[in-house]
Amino acid sequence: MAERRPPELDVDRLIADRRTRIIVCCGSGGVGKTTTAAAIGLRAAERGRHVVVLTVDPARRLAQSMGLTSLDNTPRLVPGVGGDATTAQEGNGAESAGSLHAMMLDMKRTFDEIVEAHADPDRATQILANPFYQSLSSSFAGTQEYMAMEKLGQLRRADEWDLIVVDTPPSRSALDFLDAPQRLSRFLDGRLLRLLTAPAKVGGRAYLRVLNAGFGVVTGVLTKILGTAMLKDVQTFVSALDTMFGGFRERADYTYQLLRAPGTSFLVVAAPEEDALREASYFVDRLDQEGMPLAGLVLNRVQRVPAVHLSAARSRAAAEVLQAAAPEDAPRLLAAAALRLHADRMEEVAAQRRTAKQFTAAHPLIPVAEIPAQAEDVHDLDGLRQIGMAFGDR
Amino acid sequence: MATRDTDWDGVRLHVVTGKGGTGKTTVAGALALALAADGKKVLLIEVEGRQGIAQLFDVPPLPYAERRIAVGLGTQSHQGGDVFALVADPESALIEYLEMFYSLRHAGTALAKLGVMDFATTIAPGLRDVLLTGKAAEAVRRKDDKRGRVYDAVVMDAPPTGRITRFLNVTTEVSDLARVGPIRGHADTVLKVIRSPETVVHFVTVLEEMPVQETLDGIAELRELGGIRPGGIIVNMTRPLALPPSQLQAAAHGELDQAQLALGLKAAGLDDSATLATALAAELSEQARTALGHELQQQRLDTAGQPCYQLPWLSGDIGLGGLYQLASALRDQKAA
Repeated sequence: MAERRPPELDVDRLIADRRTRIIVCCGSGGVGKTTTAAAIGLRAAERGRHVVVLTVDPARRLAQSMGLTSLDNTPRLVPGVGGDATTAQEGNGAESAGSLHAMMLDMKRTFDEIVEAHADPDRATQILANPFYQSLSSSFAGTQEYMAMEKLGQLRRADEWDLIVVDTPPSRSALDFLDAPQRLSRFLDGRLLRLLTAPAKVGGRAYLRVLNAGFGVVTGVLTKILGTAMLKDVQTFVSALDTMFGGFRERADYTYQLLRAPGTSFLVVAAPEEDALREASYFVDRLDQEGMPLAGLVLNRVQRVPAVHLSAARSRAAAEVLQAAAPEDAPRLLAAAALRLHADRMEEVAAQRRTAKQFTAAHPLIPVAEIPAQAEDVHDLDGLRQIGMAFGDR
Repeated sequence: MATRDTDWDGVRLHVVTGKGGTGKTTVAGALALALAADGKKVLLIEVEGRQGIAQLFDVPPLPYAERRIAVGLGTQSHQGGDVFALVADPESALIEYLEMFYSLRHAGTALAKLGVMDFATTIAPGLRDVLLTGKAAEAVRRKDDKRGRVYDAVVMDAPPTGRITRFLNVTTEVSDLARVGPIRGHADTVLKVIRSPETVVHFVTVLEEMPVQETLDGIAELRELGGIRPGGIIVNMTRPLALPPSQLQAAAHGELDQAQLALGLKAAGLDDSATLATALAAELSEQARTALGHELQQQRLDTAGQPCYQLPWLSGDIGLGGLYQLASALRDQKAA
């Protein structure tokens, strides 16, 4: 059987295309999503785009490399980026210089801002002070995902940048961020909450039929689970929030449509490991179901070996010969060490390839771009540039 | 039963956390196998609904029920005991809780259909965590007539490092919301177990900046909070050094003696030894730079003052065999 190679994902073309306005990097935790998003943003900026990178939880030194010191929701210009040597060297001198901004998401503040935008000042104050709101805005499973998408919508509306690169939150499952906005908005304008706030008005026959019991059972059980005081907080919160329900739904819908709109591209980031690629597989299927525009898979941390022609088996055999012959001889010791390492790395390359092939077998049409494994953690612009180069030498 | 010293004698609840991609679930599984040596009975609990344990042990998806999934690590003197697994989801835990305390199972099921459970477990912050840790606490305390405690140890594959403190410190959040009432009472009972000397939190990491930082932050947070004991740091996926430590610096800076390397390669009968030497020197140099980076991260971990265990990198799909290998390494280092 002929080996099936996936189509190549041309990230450079994607970022050069002015119609590309949003790139969403998603994938499971620990695969290098943030670094990839930052590297793509930098490369696009140095090719003339005006880019903002929205990150959720960057490594400290990576954040520092982009001039980010705090979670303050403000896009900041990253110094040392622009139409410089890179563009000139490659002969695209006609393009004007680009720019790179970066920001870190402050989810609570983003939530507060939505409340302030949709409620009159008195009511906003009341909501912001409610203990239930405070807990919801800082810890509800999904708030971070929802706020990341909300922020993306805001940045897009602001229209100050021609490319937004967003790094999705490190969810337990890569799929959470698609569901979270709807889950939260479903909750916030859900019937259940209305039931809680206005039992006299809404607690009607429909619920009686479904439940085969009185409305009292619902509140009764909730009181048992949550306690009276908490239920009261929820009720106060919900009545204060009442005017905003429509707003929440509208915003969630807007963001959802934005994700599906032309000009948005999803990149699924994965490491060539089974777990990460399994998540990537689910993600690809899910994006497809939702009609989200998937550009392709970025395979990060791919092991590359300079001496490709020396097989693992030959290398290991040669190491054994050396070891047996002269255990004290310095040149032979050094060569044996090099050969053993090389054999290990060739085996790792083979294992990674097998794993990647399984993905391609299941998704033969998904384009793939590879980023070689870096010897060290990336913590400056040069490191990010280095990663971006992977998109050039295809 | 033979007794031997481990670093965690007397601990019954092992909470295992780690950043995504560090192999947290794998390590939790290996720890359960290691703890189940010497005929012990161990429960492995998953709380994030990913069916990671089922995949790890290559068994069908696990329900909300305790199922025997593996035999513990065998030793020279004893056969391995039993490892049971449970996937705890908040909704089932809530229904069980309602049944246990209020005989409300029927109502619970009806409410689930209406989305009330979704509300109560997903939306009401903290409640979800109380229910999940509550299930682990219950398993730790459970007794039967014959042998006292049902489980010798419980291992929890817990949420990632970034969320672990909040996850375990259930009462803080719940008390903000439920100042009184049954959930508050339940949370207090759970916290008693979590804060007892019978519970420790192990951190799984790899020697990269971000996971190491999260590990250090996590340990510092637990210390600051007080009451919940940090446990071991399990450094996963470590690789052996290709070169003796004395040569690392030179290799990292690309100053290896390539002529010498070429000479050695020639002695091994490999063609074009000069070109090959250049390529292999580059490979050695890359690995040396990585190794020096790892050394730096290991030094940072050492400042935490917690016992550190090293687990080797296993290539490809580690499989059940690999899992026992990791279990054995944990036992040898007295992590179990």
